[in-house]
Amino acid sequence: MSLLETIPSIFLENGLEIKLKEIHSAPLISSWIWYRVGSRDEIPGKHGISHWVEHMQFKGTEKTSSDDMEKSVARTGGVWNAFTYLDWTTYFETMPADKIDLGLELEADRMVNTTYDEKEVESERTVVISERQGRENSPGFWLSEALHNAAFRIHPYNHVIIGDQVDLETIQKNDLNRHYKTYYTPNNAVIAIAGDFDKDQMLKRITDLYQDIPSGDDPPRVNRPENPQRGEHKLTVEGPGETVLGDVAYHTPSASEPDFFPLLILDSILSGPQGLNMFGGGGISNKTSRLYKKMVEDMEVVVDIHGGLPATIDPYLYTINFILHPDSTTEDALKILDDEIQRLQDTPPPVDELKRAVKQTQALFAYGGESITNQAFWMGFSEMFASYNWVTSYLDNIAIVTPDDVQRVAQQYLQPKNRIVGIYHPHKKGNNNQ
Amino acid sequence: MTKQDFSTLKINSLPGPDDITRIKLKNGITFLFRPNMNSMATSIGGYVQAGSIYDPQDKLGLADFTTSTLMRGTRTQSFQKIFDSLESIGASLGIGCGAHTAGFGGKSLAEDLPTLLKMLADVLMNPIFPEQDVERVRSQLLTGLDLRAQDTNDMAMLEFEKLLYKDHPYQNPSDGYIETIKAIRVKDLAAFHKKHFGPKDMTLVVVGPFEPESVISLAEEYLGSWLNEDQADAVQVPDMPHPETSIQKHHVIDEKSQTDLVVGTIGPSRNWEGYYSALLGNSVLGQFGMMGRIGESVRKEAGLAYYAYSALSASIGPGQWMVSAGVAPENLDKALDLIKTELRKFVDQPVSNEELRDVQSNYVGKLPLSLESNAGVASALLTMEQHQLGLEYLQNYEKMIQEITPESILEAARAYLDPDRLVISSAGPKP
Repeated sequence: MSLLETIPSIFLENGLEIKLKEIHSAPLISSWIWYRVGSRDEIPGKHGISHWVEHMQFKGTEKTSSDDMEKSVARTGGVWNAFTYLDWTTYFETMPADKIDLGLELEADRMVNTTYDEKEVESERTVVISERQGRENSPGFWLSEALHNAAFRIHPYNHVIIGDQVDLETIQKNDLNRHYKTYYTPNNAVIAIAGDFDKDQMLKRITDLYQDIPSGDDPPRVNRPENPQRGEHKLTVEGPGETVLGDVAYHTPSASEPDFFPLLILDSILSGPQGLNMFGGGGISNKTSRLYKKMVEDMEVVVDIHGGLPATIDPYLYTINFILHPDSTTEDALKILDDEIQRLQDTPPPVDELKRAVKQTQALFAYGGESITNQAFWMGFSEMFASYNWVTSYLDNIAIVTPDDVQRVAQQYLQPKNRIVGIYHPHKKGNNNQ
Repeated sequence: MTKQDFSTLKINSLPGPDDITRIKLKNGITFLFRPNMNSMATSIGGYVQAGSIYDPQDKLGLADFTTSTLMRGTRTQSFQKIFDSLESIGASLGIGCGAHTAGFGGKSLAEDLPTLLKMLADVLMNPIFPEQDVERVRSQLLTGLDLRAQDTNDMAMLEFEKLLYKDHPYQNPSDGYIETIKAIRVKDLAAFHKKHFGPKDMTLVVVGPFEPESVISLAEEYLGSWLNEDQADAVQVPDMPHPETSIQKHHVIDEKSQTDLVVGTIGPSRNWEGYYSALLGNSVLGQFGMMGRIGESVRKEAGLAYYAYSALSASIGPGQWMVSAGVAPENLDKALDLIKTELRKFVDQPVSNEELRDVQSNYVGKLPLSLESNAGVASALLTMEQHQLGLEYLQNYEKMIQEITPESILEAARAYLDPDRLVISSAGPKP
């Protein structure tokens, strides 16, 4: 089950894009539908609306009640869920192959027929607020929220996906319905299905289900490019606890830019290989990455450190997160972090270190290929910020990265003036029992 | 439109006696293997009898500390060398601590299985607990405990278990407390390793694209010669009576937006005869669809919580049957009332035939999904071995599920759940 096979897109007349991949290793099918809408498409006063619409998609249609939806999927033993991200929103069902028609019908139905009942909207308001409050319990959430606000003054990546409490309290039924009608159209969607089916038969079924849904107007996408940052931003967040957390984020290019690949290698060298797979696979530890070795093992300034470079449509962030060692200071930790980055800027990494990153990537691909859900995920996901060619040529693009490329992107992007440093400071102890 | 059946693959591929190899290695380790010729990768898993129930009271967290330090250095390899070998081939290996056992799991490309098994054998058999590395792990564990103290979910659960398993080995958190972690010395780690790590009652599982003979020979080569005459026998834990009355405790963590709530009682062990009735009953109560009846009441109807579900945790000793929810602090009592109402209904009336059919269908249908990956199969084989379920277990599974009745679920519910004898634990801001 290789992730490297080319899968051509098929388009219906209404603009719906379809990608199908036959995999006959287990009697399962995973079906995903992706919409080009995420938190980046929200305007002030409506932050969190994309995620809330995702919740409403489980509230039933004129034909199928919420209860029937949930129960009919659960009866098959299948799994289904949905995710809202910066650039996209997606829904999936992975089911026994002979039951997938249920998932296909359900998605076609809720592309256009979700009911926005006043009572359901109000009940979901408190659920979404509760989801936000659950996250607020974690210090890392507050830090991440502040960091996004500081990193993006203009671009809508400046808000966390869950949205602002004040907007979650004031968004109304009509706002949600308008958002849904604007973005949930066939010409704004990609269907990706992998598993145990016959391609022609599946295409016919998808065509039958979707061809009569009219295309909509091309939905607007907020396009407000961020200006280059002019100097380092520093911020602190205070809260309960005893542990200092740090996030250091550098502005980086979008996933479709050629520099994204040397940056992935840079991330692998500095903070460990990226987990490419959302489902299945599992990761590789990062104990021998440069930052872990230096900051956790040699200097003991932090107790853990990780990095992440998400694939996005517009330039986003390479973020390094650490948990400060109780006997260290943020100044010491940042100094050592900077020294390690300087080392990469001064000297290209040895060829062996690059070879290792390639081998790790190959392994992660092999692990990801085990899961049919993951295979379908990658087909749709990559279409959201580039195209599926991005996945099929991924290993080739990684393999051509040279030590000089890594040094160059380190010099270009990992500059203090291009970063935001966020520190979470506990202000007091907050525990007692009653 | 006609319903379509897309399936082109008509196979019964559930692992069973025909394709699972189960043997004893020459030193007594139970070894299980199941081939998966479609995969380019391999997964391993297993356990030794070295869980946190063996922690001395003044050194709680010792088993966890020991397992966390095994990969910090062996007689022939440093921490850096161990992880360099693994990470440079894209492999992973981890060891964690449960109540009864220390479990391990790993993954690599198929061609690297020998490296993975060799590494596993070395860290299990030859750890040296270097002083400096031990201190590094101690710092990490202590930071973990600081973070735990601020985590409403962790603290609600920790207090729940303390109250539920009062004076029972399960009352202690496997990661210990700050003072007990500080009290542990290098010699304690070495002694714990010597006493509890060994081939006796150990299980190893491999799943991947191999012939059985070649994998058996690798397992024998790397682990078959491990002997430890000092290894202690595994101990059984006592039963635990249900609480006599309801007990409620709130653990204050200031400046949090949400309170986490855990409500429950003692549950069955995995080998209890009514286990499957309890399992399906629990699904009706708080799992099926959007978190069952509990989800329907607390999330969908009342909109009180993003998550509200029930869970049945059943292993070797007395288990737990609990309901968990995250709610706004001012809604704590309201959520608790709704949960109690659902529990009362659950022990008063049998589930409907429709509810039973739903969860039976769910449990039968989700089996193939759980066995999609090598790691999923390895996990199923480990459960089968740990609880002596037999190699036919997965193939008999559907029949066992279909035999459950509404009456047997009611009987199981009444055997364990009593809405007037609950442990209620919450953590969050002052109510």
